[in-house]
Amino acid sequence: MVEIVNRPYAKAFETFATARPEVLCLSADLTSSCEVDGFRDRHPEQFLSLGMAEQNMLSFAGGLAMQGYRPFIHTFSVFLYRRPYDQLINSIAYSNRKVRMMGFLPGIATPGGITHQAIEDISVMRAIPNMTILECGDATEVETVLDVADSVNGPVYVRVLRGEVPRLFSTPFELNKLRTLSEGDDVLVVTSGICTEEALRAAEPLKSRGIGIHHLHVSTLKPFDRDGLIKAARGKKGVVTLENHTINGGLGSLVAEILAEEGLGVKLRRLGLQDTFAHGASKPYLMKKYKLDASALVAAIGDVLGKALDIDDAELEAVRLDTVHSAQKAEAL
Amino acid sequence: MTLSNQQKTEDVAAGIRKRVFLHTMRNNGGYLSQACSAAESLAFLYNEALKLGEPTLPKVPLPFAGAPSAHNPDAFTGAGYHGPFAPEYDRFIISPAHYALVIYSALIQMGRMDEHALDHFNRDGGSVEMIGAEHSPGMEVTTGSLAQGLSMAAGVAWARKKKGEPGKVWVYMSDGEFQEGQTWECLAAMSYHGIDNIRVVVDVNRQQCDGAMSSVLDLGDLPARVSSFGVTCRSIDGHDLDAFRTAAESAEPGKPLIILANTSPFQGMEFLKKRFPRLHYVRFKSAEERQEMQTAIAAELGVDEAEIARA
Repeated sequence: MVEIVNRPYAKAFETFATARPEVLCLSADLTSSCEVDGFRDRHPEQFLSLGMAEQNMLSFAGGLAMQGYRPFIHTFSVFLYRRPYDQLINSIAYSNRKVRMMGFLPGIATPGGITHQAIEDISVMRAIPNMTILECGDATEVETVLDVADSVNGPVYVRVLRGEVPRLFSTPFELNKLRTLSEGDDVLVVTSGICTEEALRAAEPLKSRGIGIHHLHVSTLKPFDRDGLIKAARGKKGVVTLENHTINGGLGSLVAEILAEEGLGVKLRRLGLQDTFAHGASKPYLMKKYKLDASALVAAIGDVLGKALDIDDAELEAVRLDTVHSAQKAEAL
Repeated sequence: MTLSNQQKTEDVAAGIRKRVFLHTMRNNGGYLSQACSAAESLAFLYNEALKLGEPTLPKVPLPFAGAPSAHNPDAFTGAGYHGPFAPEYDRFIISPAHYALVIYSALIQMGRMDEHALDHFNRDGGSVEMIGAEHSPGMEVTTGSLAQGLSMAAGVAWARKKKGEPGKVWVYMSDGEFQEGQTWECLAAMSYHGIDNIRVVVDVNRQQCDGAMSSVLDLGDLPARVSSFGVTCRSIDGHDLDAFRTAAESAEPGKPLIILANTSPFQGMEFLKKRFPRLHYVRFKSAEERQEMQTAIAAELGVDEAEIARA
């Protein structure tokens, strides 16, 4: 059974930041919500509270970075790019400042509704020159993303997971490297964030029916491992993407762009929010309602293969997930 | 032609007005009114207040070297005209990027830029842009979107204080920026964090793009509003150099210093009154109109009209 890790970010950030005095922890009144309250209490000299004032916070962070500090901004994903977009562009991105934006509760991971659900953040961030975009899919990636983010010479946006997070991977986050979770000849499945865990639920039922799935987990969205994707997509009967985001401008779009540019002519189904806002409700409810779940994935795979797969929800719900130890072997291929 | 502290500050101010006027007439338009309001502020800052090292960029401005990125080692900012980054030196962040022509004129007047540097103004491929970009002379950050300069400067100041650097951070702002919420966010943050190594000079000319601020969105009692945020606020006559000297020395421990320089958008060029309230950018509809302004302002500034033709 998969291990559930409680608040992996809290511990990882404290370990990471205390070893680097030039790292600063910035917060905008969501300190405990971003799991840095313990850090604030134990390391006040590295903590800067800027209140509910994100426009000032982003420009201020640009100024800190000019002086050699590396600010890690902590708030919900939505508040990093919607209200202070102009500041993100002019105070951070244009000048390629080493500001690290740690975005919590990405997509429909929050019951907070439209105001709290960052469903177009990747789309917006992808359009910004100089920006690097990372997304955590499990506890291991949450624990190991900080070093990766901090190695980038420029601004970085990270979709972080908080609270109880499953451990799916046994190897650390690597910049711009796709994780191969399974190899098969029929369909390429490309997933990111919390959708990877969901996709893994469909792995055994599909395998037992003789469907060969090549499953890639994406944790670096910009830059993107183009060659890795092309290699995996070549010769497949179809490609399905699954993301906790609108299908416009995120993972599905970037996969579509690459497939088209390479002229692969392979069928593509993009799962995610179908150009709609969501609303406030539980994560499992929203994933089912908006077809971000294993059941939707199975249906899309059946669609590109042109046949019904006869896998019902009860079978998917009964799946017990294990840590993907096989990933080590697969990734070494 | 000149080096810092070798000119009287009054002469620097007069030089700024004259250079902006000559350039505006030679190029059939420009940000003329900003020179009227800003001349004493910038002359005081560059000639007396700022502690800057020698320029690190060539006196003749370089071409644009491309947008900053991890892959562009050639990118530069205009901070080089304010001298090297060192703990003992001040930084000077200019927020209203549309004051660029006035800033360039001040840098030339101070001998920090070549006498003919304005020949590069607004030229394709150059760095001396019409609205100052961060690669434009004197510009240290990207500030054309107003109100971000103060917040960036506050971040720089907080960092310098934490490192124990004696150099201060000076900011030049326009009063229109107090219509942006970010300015007030920043005042609150600077006050809360006791950022007291920052000095802000605001050009309170009460003008903005649409005209007089009173006709757009009046800021009421600006000194009272600013003071109420817990910062040190001095409201002075922005054309009185002694008032600047007194205000600049009046910082209080634990508080940022905001100097509201109340200025006239016609100072030194009374003829511009005829243009009120359309002062933001001066352009001419006819040759006659241009000649009338040229003759009148040349007389006010003591400029020989023949000098204008010598472009």
